[in-house]
Amino acid sequence: MRAEHPDREGRWAWRLTGAITVCVYVFMFAPILATVVLSFNASMFGGFPLTGFSLRWYEKLLTNGPVLDAFRTSMWIALVTATVTTLLGIMAALALVRFEFRGKQAINTLVILPALVPETILGVGLLVMIKAVDQPRSMTLLVLGHILLTLPYVVLIVQARMVGIKRSYEEAALSLGAPRVSTFREITLPLLIPAVLASVLLAFTISFDNTSASLFWRPAGVETMPTQILSMLKISISPEVNALGTVMILLTVGIPLAGGLILQSLTWFKAGK
Amino acid sequence: MHDDNSHDQPRPASAGADRDPLARGESQPTGKPAVEFRDIDIFYGKFAAVRDFSLAIRKGSFVTLLGPSGCGKTTILRSIAGLVDITSGQISIGGKRVDDIPIYKRNIGLVFQNYALFPHKNVFDNVAFGLKYRNVPKPEIVRRVKKALDMVRLPGSETKLPSQLSGGQQQRIALARAIVFEPEVLLLDEPLSALDANMREDMRVEIKKIQRETGITAIFVTHDQEEALSMSDRIVVMNAGLIEQIGSPAQVYDQPATAFVANFLGKANMLPGSVTAMDGNMATIALASGHVVKAAAPKALTAGSAITVVVRPQKLTVGTAGAANRLSGRIVSTSYLGGNAVYEIDIGAGTPLRANTLIDGQPLREGETVDVCFDPLGCVLLDAQGVRIA
Repeated sequence: MRAEHPDREGRWAWRLTGAITVCVYVFMFAPILATVVLSFNASMFGGFPLTGFSLRWYEKLLTNGPVLDAFRTSMWIALVTATVTTLLGIMAALALVRFEFRGKQAINTLVILPALVPETILGVGLLVMIKAVDQPRSMTLLVLGHILLTLPYVVLIVQARMVGIKRSYEEAALSLGAPRVSTFREITLPLLIPAVLASVLLAFTISFDNTSASLFWRPAGVETMPTQILSMLKISISPEVNALGTVMILLTVGIPLAGGLILQSLTWFKAGK
Repeated sequence: MHDDNSHDQPRPASAGADRDPLARGESQPTGKPAVEFRDIDIFYGKFAAVRDFSLAIRKGSFVTLLGPSGCGKTTILRSIAGLVDITSGQISIGGKRVDDIPIYKRNIGLVFQNYALFPHKNVFDNVAFGLKYRNVPKPEIVRRVKKALDMVRLPGSETKLPSQLSGGQQQRIALARAIVFEPEVLLLDEPLSALDANMREDMRVEIKKIQRETGITAIFVTHDQEEALSMSDRIVVMNAGLIEQIGSPAQVYDQPATAFVANFLGKANMLPGSVTAMDGNMATIALASGHVVKAAAPKALTAGSAITVVVRPQKLTVGTAGAANRLSGRIVSTSYLGGNAVYEIDIGAGTPLRANTLIDGQPLREGETVDVCFDPLGCVLLDAQGVRIA
């Protein structure tokens, strides 16, 4: 029996797989890497070649009033959105998983629908609607819009976890004498925590870097981080934009990562005690 | 005193004799029954899950609801807990109606098939859960949790998480959690079916022992006839939402009230035929297979009436010459089980006879022709409706 043949073929297949994988990763991460690397570039122009290492663009960011305003606005919106959406999402998922009622299937679909409708259309739609009732664009509206955008994801996440929590846990708690609210607080909620954390992080991230819908909804004179970057880009690709981009990457990647780590250490702590 | 016979049953199946409360070696009644069902109907929409269910359960007794899946046994158990709403009728626990009392105020202990230990709480917090909601002071909680863990033979496991325990250990913790606050009744919903076979038998003995020691009233749901026969003071056999028979293990096994009970408990042989003559209390019956047999009848039967002779596989003797009721046939399959053997014997009727006999040495081989005999006193007669003639 000769084993060389399939062996050689296998080796080539593996090489090809490896090469393609590398290409995919380069394609995925090169733009991010470029942004990060260029943010430390000393050059006046936001592009290659590199001329030296510098933190001046970060320094400049810290003194840039409009950017700092936009950052505060985005943080605030994202925090409110994440909080409200998560609360609503838990309640919706609880109802959709634990209770039987008429029109449940329809409501389930309706809750998810905004995630499927193109954002631009949602943006225009909400704008048209408030024009129809003659209301100004306001921060409240912007936040409501972000809640609309993030709710479907939160409902999906919490629902998925909820399905996995056996009803008998709750039934056991009830049978042992815990009223319904205590049962939720002591049993259901702690078991939901991973989904709750994931929801907060995802809603925060989606809200924080939403561009197209925010463009339609923001009140006059208000900029969020993404819209601020857009308007800065209208002038030129300044290295400052790269620095800002790096900060945003750090936030939107860093926060979920940190959340994951916290969760992991929590479970580890529980099991270890 | 309560009276089991006061509740009319929908079927002649639940004849009075089977429901006599004094005939089953339980403790003497002390006042109100621990749990009482009166004319319970439970509907899911138009589907009747349980119909006309009446039962009084004596304090301290071990009652099993036995039946195939979908027979309504779990529904009844959950209705005691308050997890299922009854459509009509009333349920009392300790003489108090509970129909409108929410589950968390019913003071019942519930053990689930899948254990349902809280995965994020350690063993102590799991077992202490019920005590915490009964405002028991902390030192007392510690003491009683320890006692309960001793009782289920898992002392010192307080700080373990459920995921660190085996299935059997988890179920024992679940049992401790359900009995630690001394509930009025302990409900066990197929607690053994998730365990592997060896563990199941140990747990069976253990649950029974703990029930006896604590004197708690227990209601046990299972589809396993062995569990039911070995653990219960009384068995309620259910089928399709109705009670088929209520009686002691020996009663339901030896005197099955219906064809269903005879079949469900121990795969009885059913031999259809018709009465040809009565001589005293001995009926002569012509079987559909062509054989003529004699069987003791509790009352006079009219010649020509259709009848089914029920014989347990253990009541058939194979090979050795029995005096009466000799049926000859051919062995179509042999299962050797060590001390005994199960034969399937074709006697020319539709379904082969099952015989389970003690053997000494080699079992008989397939294809052999043998005589099968049974005692005219060792069988039960069912009428054309499948109801035991009594």
